[in-house]
Amino acid sequence: MEQKAEQEVAVVVTKTSVKRLALCLATLTCMTFCAAKLFAATLPPDAVDIMHHNYDGGGMEISGPSVLVRKSIGPQVSVTGHYYVDSISAASVDVVATASEYEEERTELSGGVDFLHEKTILSGGYTNSSENDYEANTAYFSVAQDFFGDLTTLSLAYARGWDSVGQRGQAESEWEDKDLQNYKLGLTQVITKNALFSMDIDIISDEGKLENPYRVNRYVDPNDSTAFLYQPELYPDTRTSTAVGFRGMYFLPYRASLKLEYRYFSDSWDIRSNTYDVAYSHAFKERWIFETRLRYYQQDQARFYSDLFPFANSQTHLARDKELSAYSGFTYGLGVSYEVKQGVIPFVNRLQLSFLADFLNYDYDNFRDVTAGGNYLPGEEPLYELDAWVTRTSLIVEF
Amino acid sequence: MKHAIGQHIRFLKAKLIRREVLPEFALGKATKRLSSIFVVLTVLFGASISGCADIKPWVKPYERDNLADPIMSLSRHGYSDAYMHHVYQAREGARGAEGGTGGGCGCN
Repeated sequence: MEQKAEQEVAVVVTKTSVKRLALCLATLTCMTFCAAKLFAATLPPDAVDIMHHNYDGGGMEISGPSVLVRKSIGPQVSVTGHYYVDSISAASVDVVATASEYEEERTELSGGVDFLHEKTILSGGYTNSSENDYEANTAYFSVAQDFFGDLTTLSLAYARGWDSVGQRGQAESEWEDKDLQNYKLGLTQVITKNALFSMDIDIISDEGKLENPYRVNRYVDPNDSTAFLYQPELYPDTRTSTAVGFRGMYFLPYRASLKLEYRYFSDSWDIRSNTYDVAYSHAFKERWIFETRLRYYQQDQARFYSDLFPFANSQTHLARDKELSAYSGFTYGLGVSYEVKQGVIPFVNRLQLSFLADFLNYDYDNFRDVTAGGNYLPGEEPLYELDAWVTRTSLIVEF
Repeated sequence: MKHAIGQHIRFLKAKLIRREVLPEFALGKATKRLSSIFVVLTVLFGASISGCADIKPWVKPYERDNLADPIMSLSRHGYSDAYMHHVYQAREGARGAEGGTGGGCGCN
């Protein structure tokens, strides 16, 4: 009975991914704009970057277009505009367990400006992301400076986000706040005529409504130990994380490159993670580049995570969000690009058409699949596994 | 400046041998390492306070062909790369320091 009531409270949707999506993409977008000028104090060329993305896995399907336009105004100023859409059809394990499938759309708009002064680039911008139960606004500012004969680029960035978190059917005046601050330090260094090195440090701090209002956790039914009941998630009001990333790139004796990457992450919720990434790109004739990639990710669980709590409100903070559990996963990627250089198409300096496909596979160590068929006792269900395909088709034209 | 560093290293070496902290042969390596670190730090510091005027790029502009090749770009696919970071952020607990931007020839 209580389980049913909780399910109704959980409304029809469970949308962790979507919530994070809004926040993360807003931040990422602005950070990408900041960091795009990390290397050498020159403004990026005028360009149109069109992409279609598709994610299919774990019962979720997300696809949509992205259009980014960059245009310079005189020799010192460049402006960008970006339009992005996520069309979501969700029937993930969380949705199936406690609610019904849903479909929705998220739209994101960004604008930015870069100002070049000698060897310094100052950038600023704003992003808005909108859903029917979530609003994200992010502003950023960054400065990038070249040193040592343009072999070193140092960048500093700051982003601030103001989000409002609500639920479907809830009046906007009742939505709760969630604020974000992001400090970023980046260093890119030319080591030799064939090698590059870069390092990033990100400190991100969140405050406010950090849990997903639709997400629930489960505990053993006090009246029947062979059953379980649901209760709402309850996270701490703050989270601070630090991430340090190192990456190196090497131009091989033939026209190919090798990229190695490592990232360490830790946060105030006791999540620790390691990410390893290796990528190889190989040119074929003048215009083709083939690439392959292997990525490994591993994380420990948040200290207040449990797949099954012993009883209701058994601790101050409660989470059963699988992204806060302990798990690891691989990404296997393949890609091909076709490039047309200057002089072939009038007014076009460079054109690149790419198709990239990645297969993601995550194995969860302590998140169990409650939708699995069979008569399992609580806590004895099979562990969850997520497989997903991500494909991207993009066209970049530089003028 | 170099003379002063040399003097300092000689002083340190004598002090460590006197205290038998390290055998003499090891100190040879240690002093070399120390002097390298001192020189690098001094050069970096000197360069930074003098606006890098005296630093000669050890990779000359005409040697940057390979670095300028798109195959060496840390973010060759533009927004498509940022999208992939976003996919991971939505499915993983970690966030930030994705990098993936920059690269290129390092020339103005």
